[in-house]
Amino acid sequence: MINKIVIANRGEIAARVIRTCKQLNIQAVSIYSEADKDAPYVQMADESYLIGPPRVNESYLNIEKIISVAKECKADAIHPGYGFLSESDIFAEKCESEDIIFIGPKSKVIRQMGSKIAARTMMQQAGVPVVPGTEGAVTSAEEAASIAEAIGYPIMLKASAGGGGIGMQMVHSKEELSKAFENNSKRALNFFGDGSMFIEKKVENARHIEIQVLADHYGNAVHLFERECSIQRRNQKVIEEAPSPFISEKTRKNMGDKAIQAVKTLGYTNAGTIEFLVDEQENFYFLEMNTRIQVEHPITEEITGIDIVEKQIQIANGEALDIKQADLHLNGHAIEARIYAEDPITFFPSPGHIHRFEPPEGEKIRNEITVCNNYDVTPFYDPMIGKLIVHGQTRNEAISLLQTALQEYKIEGIKTNLPMLLSIMKHQAFRSGNTTTNFVETNYLTQLNKK
Amino acid sequence: MELKASMAGSVWKITATHGEAVEEGQDVVILESMKMEIPIIAESSGTIKEMKVAEGDFVNEGDIIAIIE
Repeated sequence: MINKIVIANRGEIAARVIRTCKQLNIQAVSIYSEADKDAPYVQMADESYLIGPPRVNESYLNIEKIISVAKECKADAIHPGYGFLSESDIFAEKCESEDIIFIGPKSKVIRQMGSKIAARTMMQQAGVPVVPGTEGAVTSAEEAASIAEAIGYPIMLKASAGGGGIGMQMVHSKEELSKAFENNSKRALNFFGDGSMFIEKKVENARHIEIQVLADHYGNAVHLFERECSIQRRNQKVIEEAPSPFISEKTRKNMGDKAIQAVKTLGYTNAGTIEFLVDEQENFYFLEMNTRIQVEHPITEEITGIDIVEKQIQIANGEALDIKQADLHLNGHAIEARIYAEDPITFFPSPGHIHRFEPPEGEKIRNEITVCNNYDVTPFYDPMIGKLIVHGQTRNEAISLLQTALQEYKIEGIKTNLPMLLSIMKHQAFRSGNTTTNFVETNYLTQLNKK
Repeated sequence: MELKASMAGSVWKITATHGEAVEEGQDVVILESMKMEIPIIAESSGTIKEMKVAEGDFVNEGDIIAIIE
């Protein structure tokens, strides 16, 4: 029975978990680094423990220390939040061996999903489509040509041993391929000592669409529909919405069914998210599985009425899922904007002192916040200082709610991405639902250059 | 000329050494702030006369990182 939970995280997600703990009459324990001693979430908890200096290795990633706090305060469970130790199979395993409930899936499943190759193989076994490509290494240009022919151009040529974009190239035709293969294979050999390549279909004009799942320990699983998170900068999400403005009801059902199939094959438990790339014909391909709660979970909560953190705790507590797929319905449209302490043009971080912080308020507005008035944003952690979520009956209503809320948002003292978020809300391409993963490069940055 | 930190963060990597000739635009130090690496570049060509920081040091915005002549 879970009576007391240590939240092994900081900021808005720690505050979010504490809120649900209070509703469930569960004692919430926060941990904090020296840099976070004045953070609002620390005050919200029933008990708080200083765990070390600001640097994450000495604080929020310090497994021994966090476990010792859990033991000292006699907690039954640990909620890892997102980031930090949330997808550490080592941490989950440590909790298992110390008889502390880890609020998430089993360590073994975290490990499997943490390996790109193992995850891809397991998803294929579960009947979930993956990006078409080679399983093993390709060693000659002729072999590459026949594979590319079968997959269809354009393709991505990637060095098997590669990383950081070296030995990687997009190829549009057979004519281009033989030269590209030779060049990249040679570079790969020079850099990594291995010239073998693999080939993947290039998913063009892709959208990032993910399915939220919940699964208990008795084989019951449901999905909470999709979130579309195509608007990204530096490969990090900026704006997310649910439902997707793009996919058809048929694709929605199909993606949901495949996600459930995957969860059941994996023996997955607790909340999780399966991320897909979706092309213009609504073909979808497995990207990765996040074995934790996600930053953007509130939009799903808004359109389904489900408290995902509550379900996580109930599942971890050994309770059977009390919802069935047939009970779940989409209600309206929700959008989340992530507020980052950063320059809205260069995306460089902007730590510093916030002397005025006034988030917008309203019935259809939800704030999840890390900071407060007169607060120092330190350079030690990621730049997200809050999330602004709106819930309208239609997508148009949600867009106009978010636009107004962003205009009312007051943050003074540091640079934030509020101007960027506002400009996206006003952009015709966003309004018409034309939201692909290259949106920021194609629409936002080019618009800035024109000015 | 004093090369200053453009924001608070820790010194992740030092990419130029004492006495080294650097060109305008060249990375001298790479800071880490909010999980992002930010290069601090030489604003003009010259020689590194003094390196004021070491890897792992914490710097505030405006702190002197190096002196370039």
